[in-house]
Amino acid sequence: MRPEAIAAMQPFLADVYANPSGSHRFAREARRAIDEARDAVAAVVGCKPGEVIFNGGGTEGDNTAIFGAVRRIQATGGAAAAVCSAAEHHAVLHCVEHLTPHGAGVVVGTNGEGSIDVAALADVLRRLSAEGTVPVVSVMAVNNEVGSITRLDEVARVVRSAAPAAILHTDAVQAACWLDLAPITACVDILSLSSHKFGGPKGCGIMFERVGVDIEPLIFGGGQERDRRSGTHNVAGIVATAAALVATAAERATETARIAELRGELIAGLVAIGGVRATIAAEHSVPGIAHICIEGIENEALLFLLDEAGLCASAASACASGALEPSHGLAAMGVPRELARGALRLSLGHTTTRSDVSSAIGIIGTAVNRLRTHTRA
Amino acid sequence: MKVLVAMSGGVDSSVAAALMQREGHHVVGVTMRLWGGESDTGCCSVSDVDDARRVAQQLDIDHLVFNFSDDFQEKVVDPYVHAHATGVTPNPCIECNRSLKFSRLTERADALGFDAVVTGHHARLVPNAKGEMRVHRGGDAAKDQSYVVHMLTGRELERTLFPVGHMTKAEVRALAAELGLRTASKPDSQDVCFIPTTGGRETFLGKRIPFHSGRVVDTEGHDVGQVEAVELVTIGQRRGIGLYKTEAKRFVVDVDTASRTVVVGTEGDLQRTGLALHSMVWAGGTPESGRFRVQCSAHGASMPCAVDVIDGGRVQVTLDEPHRRIAPGQSAVLFDESDAWVVAGGLVSAASAWPASVGATA
Repeated sequence: MRPEAIAAMQPFLADVYANPSGSHRFAREARRAIDEARDAVAAVVGCKPGEVIFNGGGTEGDNTAIFGAVRRIQATGGAAAAVCSAAEHHAVLHCVEHLTPHGAGVVVGTNGEGSIDVAALADVLRRLSAEGTVPVVSVMAVNNEVGSITRLDEVARVVRSAAPAAILHTDAVQAACWLDLAPITACVDILSLSSHKFGGPKGCGIMFERVGVDIEPLIFGGGQERDRRSGTHNVAGIVATAAALVATAAERATETARIAELRGELIAGLVAIGGVRATIAAEHSVPGIAHICIEGIENEALLFLLDEAGLCASAASACASGALEPSHGLAAMGVPRELARGALRLSLGHTTTRSDVSSAIGIIGTAVNRLRTHTRA
Repeated sequence: MKVLVAMSGGVDSSVAAALMQREGHHVVGVTMRLWGGESDTGCCSVSDVDDARRVAQQLDIDHLVFNFSDDFQEKVVDPYVHAHATGVTPNPCIECNRSLKFSRLTERADALGFDAVVTGHHARLVPNAKGEMRVHRGGDAAKDQSYVVHMLTGRELERTLFPVGHMTKAEVRALAAELGLRTASKPDSQDVCFIPTTGGRETFLGKRIPFHSGRVVDTEGHDVGQVEAVELVTIGQRRGIGLYKTEAKRFVVDVDTASRTVVVGTEGDLQRTGLALHSMVWAGGTPESGRFRVQCSAHGASMPCAVDVIDGGRVQVTLDEPHRRIAPGQSAVLFDESDAWVVAGGLVSAASAWPASVGATA
């Protein structure tokens, strides 16, 4: 976690432990901390404080947007279909796929960089609008696996013209660190963020919900967050989330430039190993993700060697057993399964240094060469 | 040594890992994710991986999960399904050992710099007079698994370790309990891991191959009944062919999926002395004729026999005493005459005798 976030949450773990929904003085102190956090978050996200909902993370925000929108339409008895792209994070994709057998979910293909195929989206929306209602379209701002940036302004233009009644949601979890959020917020109706992606605590999140957007809450109860997300406030988590987001936004311009340069060096060093290619062109992706595909190796084996050498990386998402699953995102982008087995995703962040980059290149080069010499003929 | 322990989440591999650690080796545990589909039985369920990981945490060793589900589908599940469609009864656990545990996993271990792969099998690896390793029967006769690891040869034998092979199951469980391992009293796995207990083989195969009804005839060729799915009929079977509890006990003595015919007969009609084996793997690399004992199921008794080598891959086995016919596709493993160690193993053919062989009887 960012030191600013750790410092911000400390008082609320011990001294100010009150439930902010209470009416006594300690409750009021906690309440004030949440109100201030909300103001701070709104300033970064580019919205009104009343449009900020604190919740349990990006997955919850994604589920709330999709099921909340679909249920609102279904409650009126109308036909409804949620739409998303094939390379969405599972937090979105599995919601839409869950609805698909009931005729209420449609997945649209992507281009070679994992961004939704805008022309295909327009066709789907026109067809669905003719049949019934499209309650929600969910398109990620930045792909979580490869880092490609989606032009949400173009997506918004298509959605507003082909399905004007649809709520446009974006999973902006991967964008928070690297992109100015206000222009994204301006394009959409609902936006989900995860605190731990910008140095805040895990299990905390933010949802922007535009005034006037009408969806069913996912969680009912005590009516916190203006009835949109019940459950006692996680005061320490909310305060730390705001502190982390504010610190991230303050450094964003300089950090983005610094990390973009380091990522360039990293990719160049990895490509020089041979048989390695960057999955996404640098200018189309956020600097915090370096995604490559390495020919002739299996990433499961590579990750073990990297871990042994002290380099923590990832390859694809893991299933409940902990096994790596073939990436649905790379499949959507048309990366052949054989090449996708050699996918490697490296993250760069505010703690990454130039010497980290050069040692990573050395470690990966050694491991790749070892595996290539040991691979079955 | 740096060793990779294949941890299924069961008690044997848990204790194997503990023993290797106790001997001072650098131990890493791995659980293979093999079956990607639905299952409620075997080694690939999330709770089994959880057990393996918790044991590894308890021992303070690293634990990995390798996803070999593509290989498992290609090398074990697809052949299993295809075999049933053609009237052959395969042993998927043996094919899994052959293609996954002692092939895919050992190659991966090699590439990652491990000196050996360790499993919890109840079999022993003992050097012979020439110093070559051989698979010997495990210390617990009732739990012996030399049959299912018979395919180990050459370099694989040098790079594999069975630390619990000399122990009885009771000793393994006692040691697990003594070490406080959570798997100490976990029941043994029994069934084919990728086939759900609910629905079973019939439902599993029914989703993957078409079933065909077939004629049931006696050994003279007279029609005596019908079966709904000839693909589900196995040699030696008595129930499920519509003739159960008829006056004379009748058994399936032959299945021909091509003509969709099931032949039934008396127990006497099932008796054979000839066994034609193919796809032979020899522990020492060279085929040899002679007197051996042959075992045809995981926990069946071995039988004395004479073996004639036909060629590198085929042998003709002649049992001293007739025995119920073994279904084609099953593994037959040859042990030395004292029944102590694995000499070779192969797969049972549909015919009882190779056409060219001498002295074979039907």
